[in-house]
Amino acid sequence: MRKKESTLVNMVVVLFVITLVAGLTLGFVNDLTLAPKARARLAKKVNALQSVLPPFDNDPVAGFMRIKADTGRDSIELYPAFRDGVFIGGAATGSSQKGYSGPVRLLVGFHPDGRINNIEVLEQKETPGLGTKMKGDQFLRQFRGKNPSAFDLRAQKDGGQVDALAGATISTRAFAEAAREACDAFAENKDTLSEPNN
Amino acid sequence: MPEKLSPKQNFLKGIVKENPVFVMLLGMCPTLGVTTSAFNGLGMGLATLFVLLMSNIVVSLIKSQVPAKVRIPAFIVIIAAFVTVAEMVLEAYIPFLYEQLGIFIPLIVVNCLILGRAEAFASKNNLAVSIVDALGMGAGFVIALTALGATRELLGNGSLFEFRLVPEDASTLILFILPPGAFIALAYLAILFNKLTRKLT
Repeated sequence: MRKKESTLVNMVVVLFVITLVAGLTLGFVNDLTLAPKARARLAKKVNALQSVLPPFDNDPVAGFMRIKADTGRDSIELYPAFRDGVFIGGAATGSSQKGYSGPVRLLVGFHPDGRINNIEVLEQKETPGLGTKMKGDQFLRQFRGKNPSAFDLRAQKDGGQVDALAGATISTRAFAEAAREACDAFAENKDTLSEPNN
Repeated sequence: MPEKLSPKQNFLKGIVKENPVFVMLLGMCPTLGVTTSAFNGLGMGLATLFVLLMSNIVVSLIKSQVPAKVRIPAFIVIIAAFVTVAEMVLEAYIPFLYEQLGIFIPLIVVNCLILGRAEAFASKNNLAVSIVDALGMGAGFVIALTALGATRELLGNGSLFEFRLVPEDASTLILFILPPGAFIALAYLAILFNKLTRKLT
């Protein structure tokens, strides 16, 4: 095949045209996917909230508040849930940097009296087959209906009441720390959260 | 040009004789990294197939306009553009897969299979032949990644395409989900593949 001569001018022109076309295409596709991307992210958040909260009829994302965490680097997000105008619970995120190979982030749903309704793992990079079992029902069900004021949210090895996932309890400790952060945040901010239209 | 291949031979060479994963051992980074389940392998394979097809088409169309000295940067820009398109579309419409594949989507840019086909094939052949080449190579990649993902998921997690074959708390060979398992599974699949295809040809 005939190879095109490389001169400074044609190299510059060809690269310029290619990057220009590529840039314009990407800008166009970005515009097209902007709305669906935002929708997908919102849907994920709402799905997680629905799985941890009692049935609600308000929009928790609209009443969402953010507070600074004293320990973690992540801020804590709090979501209120109402049904027929009555405060029926709330959800709080909690995170821990002590996971086996990355942070562990949880979304914990509460009843108004502080009992845990359900927990959803938002992010984890634990060892597949060991630490990842924290997403499984067998591990999570020990928390449901428990009140953190009476249920010691620490691994049994550390004197708490959380049944460990595996012998080394690394993932369990991270999970428990993240859950404690969420519980404390909910307990402290329950009153602000339960005010309608805050 | 080397010996002429019929379209059928051209397509099949990507799957059997020059299978990118089992024979040429190209694109090992996504091959080893994301194949923890059959679904992930299939998703990664299809994303790569899309980028490979589009870049082969464009490279084949503009090959006579690109000066030889800047052909590699030109190809890389084209490939990177299509990878970014794939990334944005995945995030918008298949967020689940987007999360699972994570950093490996942008890394399709450096998959040497794609640049390799652009440089070694599409830049020397016409459009129709390049499309068939991309489809064959892409199909070979999809098949290989899905097979590897299925093997690892089956042994390591006791399920196939998320369908559980053993109870949730059964002990499985976790090793195969972990990184070392990727190397072990790939090696045995490559042996098996080469044994079978040698007999066929």
